[in-house]
Order: sequence, then structure tokens, then C-alpha cells
Amino acid sequence: METQHNITLPEGSIEKQTTTLNFGPTHPATHGVFQNIMEVDGERVVSTVQTVGYIHRAFEKLAERRPLYQITPITDRLNYCSSPINNMGWHLTCEKFLKVETPKRVDYLRVIIMELARISDHLICNSIVGVDTGAYTGFLYVMQYRELIYEIYEEVCGSRLTTNIGRIGGFERNFTNTAFTKLEKFLNEYPKVLREFEGLFTRNRIFMERTQGTGGISAARAMNYGFTGPNLRAAGVDYDVRVQQPYSSYQDFDFTVPVGTTGDNYDRYLVRNAEMWESISIIRQAYEKVQAFKGTDADVFHADVPEYYLPKKEDVYTKMEALIWHFKIVMGEIDLPKGQIYNAVEGGNGELGFYLISDGGRTPFRLHFRRPSFIYYQAYPELIQGGMISDAVVTMSSLNLIAGELDA
Amino acid sequence: MALSNETIQSQLEAKFADQVHTFSTESGILSFESPKEINLKVLQFLYDEPSLGFTFLTDLCAVNYPDNIGAELVVVYHLHNFTENIRLRYSVATSIAQPDVFTASKLFESANWMERETYDFFGVNFVGHDNLKRILNVDEMDYFPLRKEFPLEDQTRIDKDDEMFGRG
Amino acid sequence: MRPVRFNIHPKEAEIADAISMGAAPDGVPGDGFFATQLSSVVGLARKNSLWPLPFATSCCGIEFMATMASHYDLARFGSERVGFSPRQCDLLMVMGTIAKKMAPVLRQVYIQMAEPRWVIAVGACASSGGIFDTYSVLQGIDQVIPVDVYVPGCPPRPEAIIDGFMKIQDLVGQESIRRRNSEKYKTLLNSYGIQ
Repeated sequence: METQHNITLPEGSIEKQTTTLNFGPTHPATHGVFQNIMEVDGERVVSTVQTVGYIHRAFEKLAERRPLYQITPITDRLNYCSSPINNMGWHLTCEKFLKVETPKRVDYLRVIIMELARISDHLICNSIVGVDTGAYTGFLYVMQYRELIYEIYEEVCGSRLTTNIGRIGGFERNFTNTAFTKLEKFLNEYPKVLREFEGLFTRNRIFMERTQGTGGISAARAMNYGFTGPNLRAAGVDYDVRVQQPYSSYQDFDFTVPVGTTGDNYDRYLVRNAEMWESISIIRQAYEKVQAFKGTDADVFHADVPEYYLPKKEDVYTKMEALIWHFKIVMGEIDLPKGQIYNAVEGGNGELGFYLISDGGRTPFRLHFRRPSFIYYQAYPELIQGGMISDAVVTMSSLNLIAGELDA
Repeated sequence: MALSNETIQSQLEAKFADQVHTFSTESGILSFESPKEINLKVLQFLYDEPSLGFTFLTDLCAVNYPDNIGAELVVVYHLHNFTENIRLRYSVATSIAQPDVFTASKLFESANWMERETYDFFGVNFVGHDNLKRILNVDEMDYFPLRKEFPLEDQTRIDKDDEMFGRG
Repeated sequence: MRPVRFNIHPKEAEIADAISMGAAPDGVPGDGFFATQLSSVVGLARKNSLWPLPFATSCCGIEFMATMASHYDLARFGSERVGFSPRQCDLLMVMGTIAKKMAPVLRQVYIQMAEPRWVIAVGACASSGGIFDTYSVLQGIDQVIPVDVYVPGCPPRPEAIIDGFMKIQDLVGQESIRRRNSEKYKTLLNSYGIQ
């Protein structure tokens, strides 16, 4: 007895010359959950359809429910490879909105923390580019130094990855001597390791052939796509928020902004590498400036803003004003001024912007994060078109897409 | 001649007369509004005019003001001029009953996904966008979650103990 | 100074010549042989060579990378080979927030795994939704798949992830051979809609 099997195929699926490949959300090479449904002709990518949102956590809606200091933990989870930069960016936005001036020592300490976070972010990105081209060793070597950076964060704020570092007006506690000792250890040992890491990749024939000429973009297209950060600088545009609109006393520091030419994967690797050297130099300068504060100046670690900065517990238990401020802050009795502000900092991926609208209530009326990864991921189909699948993989990791930031 | 907020304002008023209004400066950034019908004309003018040159769209988002009847959804564009180092904020308002706004994605590629996100969160219909689907939420979602009328938490949960959360 | 209440009588590990003997399972030793239950031997072999599938979505994934790196080496525990194909792996390590959009993908990956399979939920978001009590986040992966071990933390320290992994090893070592065919297990899977 014959049974008839009718299989219905999608329209045109036999005649078409390309294969549909699901470069799916669970894939070792997509760092974070991104899905690309690619049409490939052999190994060449013809087109791709992207899906994002696999880790959408509704930060913007969550922020409408929380007073300003409770929003810091959720900014941690934006770019979790460099969470102190997100925290500092949020505090700077709040301070600009509330017209709070921070003392210089706080600014310099913030610069140290932000540049350490930038090194940490670029290290992950460059070593993962190495892993995606097949070289696992570099990743293991530099993770040791990320552990050192984590130890420095632990000394300052208690936590390794999602740091919730700092407060509006400064830091929650002064940097201990252990923190400075660890920082000196990092500054002594890390340059040698970075030199070794560079030696593995920068003039490596295989790495150069894999990454040069792939995933390139011109400066004009990059600007139209809204690129910022190392990706835009690799394309040739020297836009760095630290230089254009200096925050946290960056104007007191002497550093250069590395710029590439073709915007391909190799240029992005080189720009991030050069930025790490610049970050080391900035941390050294900041550390010297911090050491220059002596006596009671060296005890300054926050601005005097009692409405938003929790007072010391000893004062809360003994003084009346401190008790009242503590009560008001914790019970959420402080009303924000009305107005709106957009403030940006240079995150590990580019311009991380915070657009805060307040209608005088206790929580923001609207908070929008301008996330660089979300905006430049749109260019991915254009970057990989015509290239091979393996180049698509390397391009994705060299763009440094962080899923938490992308989906917010 | 260096660009400043006053020159931007005067050039805009010269070109668009009283269609651009509500100029204000907050934390150094000039903001202004206009009716939603001319949003592309204003953006094109800011892009093409050599003395203005706002060729970078930093951000595109929306805000929901449920109390402004007739202008509940406001789409806000943040623009940036790299060479002169000036930021600009431009907003257009639309009503929630007919939230149609012309798309800026032909002018700025970066507006593509930002408009999809704004549609996903607020329901603003960008006329002329070639792929206006939900981007961050599940495709089957039938409401626009960031509007003020909808709550943060998932209302379909049955395992939450209201006693513990103070909701008795 | 508050008085210390915990860990005041730490046990000294019996390490002689840099080698410490692990505890053998219950059995009858002899001259050149050791008789024990089949499940103990199988459990011992399985637990020291688990192949994990890192389902890393967000911040906990970065702590997992730190756990796999040389400082907090997870390969010491036998999981040298992390695989990304569910067909080849024993242990599904879900690290990070699972959104409602991702839940069907997670379920599909779990269904594709072959028995015996274990699941460890690393982090507060995978265990219960974490700090994200929102409309788009799945409030714990145990809404869609059965979980064996939950590791709390946001993100948990690498030591905590290793502790969770060691608890999975305990579960694997003591699992009865018949468990996967038992009625209780079948009803558990049916309650999730997985055959």
C-alpha cells in the first residue's frame, strides 16, 4: 500500500541558490545573545536578518520606579565588562542635573577607576577577537590581569563585576592603602603583559590576514550609522567625549586619541590596543595627582551634598541633621528639581548617554540610555556583506557588542 | 564664525518663522519644538546647511506625557555637530490617537533601529520606515509597555506572594 | 570588633606529599579488586568528567569566563571541554538573565540534550528573575525547565560557581542508575511539558 507524503516547502526554496543559515542566539561565537539569519552562497554571506532583544530587561521602565541612587545598580548591568564607567557616567549626569561640584581629588580617583574599567573592557574585546581567530592563549594570559583589576574594585567597593561604585558626589569610602598598593602592582606588572599580548597578535601573519580588509566601513558611513567610540575612531573620525566635552577633570590629563584609517577589524584591534596604553598613562598621571594631596586634603572623597549623599553612620546615630537627612534619603522624601538633561561619557564602546527628564517627583519621569552597541550593531549586515562566514564571526567580536547594553 | 546656541536659534527662526518654538537652554543644550509635519524639513535643514552641519544623530527616543491631551507622545531627537562641538535637542509632539511621525531613517541610518525601539515601547508609527516591527520585546506583545498606563511587572504571574510585597 | 561566629574550627586537609586521597564509595575492598555498586562507579566516573554547556547570556557569563580562566580554573573539576552543542553535553549551565523571548530557545536546548542531563542555574536572574521583576524577564528558569542546583549571587563569585558545580558533582555521584526511568522523574518532566 502506498502512502502519499506531501511536504510543503516554502516558496522558492528549491530554486534559490543560497542557503539559509541560522547563526543563532546560542552560539559560542556570538558574545551575548544575537541571532542572525544569514543567506549564504557557499561561504559568502549574501544578506542577513538580525534579531535582538533576547535579553531585554526593561531598564528604562525600571528606572521610572527608582530614586536616583537606586538606578546605579541597573546602570552596572548595561556594559557589564566596564561597569564602573556606567556608574560614573550616571553619577556625573545626576551631578550635572543637580548642580553638584565634586572636589578635584574625587575627579582624579574617578578617572583612575574609569580608565581601569576601560582597560578591562578592551582586554576582553581584544582577547576574544584572538579566541575567535583560534588563539586561546592570549585570553588566558590577560584574564589574570583582569583579576587584578577586579581586586582593585573589590578594595574600593566590595564587588568584582557589577560594582555599583561611587555615590552622587563622590565615593562611599576613601581608597585604602591596600587599594593603592594593588594599583601600583598593576601599573608595574601590566605593561609587560600587554607587550607580550601585543607580540602574540599585532604582527602575527595569520591574525593580520584574518582581520585586515574584513568588516571595514568608511568614515562617512560610520557617522551616518551613529558609530562612536573605538569603532568610529578606527574608521578615521577622532571623536572622543573625553576630549570634546571633558568631564571629571579629563582636561587636566595629557593623552592622545588613537585613530585608524580603514575601519576594518585590524584597525579596531589596533585602536583598542593603543587606547589601553593611553589608559595606563592616564592612570599613572592620575595616581601622581592623587598622591599630591596631603594631610586633610587626602581625606576628601566626596562632595558636600547632604540631600543625596548618605551621611556617615556615626553621625546618623549621634547628630540630628544627619539623622534627618538619612531618613529623607532612604524613605525617598527628596524631590528632584524639574528639568531635563542629556549627558554623555566615553564608555568602552563609545558615547554612553543618559537622557533624564524629571517632573519634580522623587523618581525620574523618563530615563533613556543612549547605548552605543545598540546603535552600531545596525551596521553589521553592511559590514559582513560579501565576506565569509568566518569573517562575520570575527567582525562581530571585534565590534565589542555587549548584549546587556544592546538590549537594555 | 563659531556656532552658538543663539545663531542656531536665529537661523532656525529665519527659515521656519514661527513653526519652531519653545526655545530653551538646559545644561548648555538648546532645545526647541516644532509640529510633527515638518520634522524632516527641519532635520534636513540642520543637516545640509553648511553653517549648521548637524550630521550626527546621537539619540532618538520618545516620552509619554499622559496629561497633555493631544500631544501625549513626544519624539525627541538629539543631534550633534562634531566640528563645532554643539549638541541640539529637537522634539516633535504627536497625539496618542494618531501617532504618525515621518521617519528619519532615510537621512540617518542610525535612526532605523532607534525608531523601531520607539515604536516597540510607545507605539509611535514612523511613516515610511521599511521594517517597523518590534525589536526588543516579543513579537506577540500587543501593548506598548513604556506608556505610563502600563505597569512594570508582569501581571500574569501567579506565584508572587502579595503579603510579602506589602500589597496584602 | 564583632566576634567571629563562623569557620572558627577549620578542618585541616589531610595532604601528605601534596596528594590527598578522596573518599572511596562504600564497597568491599580486596587484593587487587574493589566491589561496589554499579551506580557508585558510574557516578564517580561521570562526576569527574562533566561536560558543561555554558548558556551565558549576560553578566554572570563574564564571571563564568573568569571561572574558566586560569585563576579559578574550572577545568580542575573535570570540565575541561566545554561544548556548545547540547547533543554532546551533560550539564546545562544557565548564566544570566533569561528574557521571555529567550525562554523557548532555552527549552529547545534542554530538549535537545540527551539523558543524563543536569541543569545549574547560576545567578539571581536565572534562579528567580533577580532584580528584574519586569514584564519581559522570565522569573526564574524553573518556569520552563527543571533545575538541579541554584547558585545565588549577582553575579556569584567564581568560588560560588565552583561550589555550585561541586554540589552538582555530589548529585551526579549519588544518582541512582534507575532514576531517569522512574515514575517520579517522568512526572517531573511531564509537569514541564517535556516528554
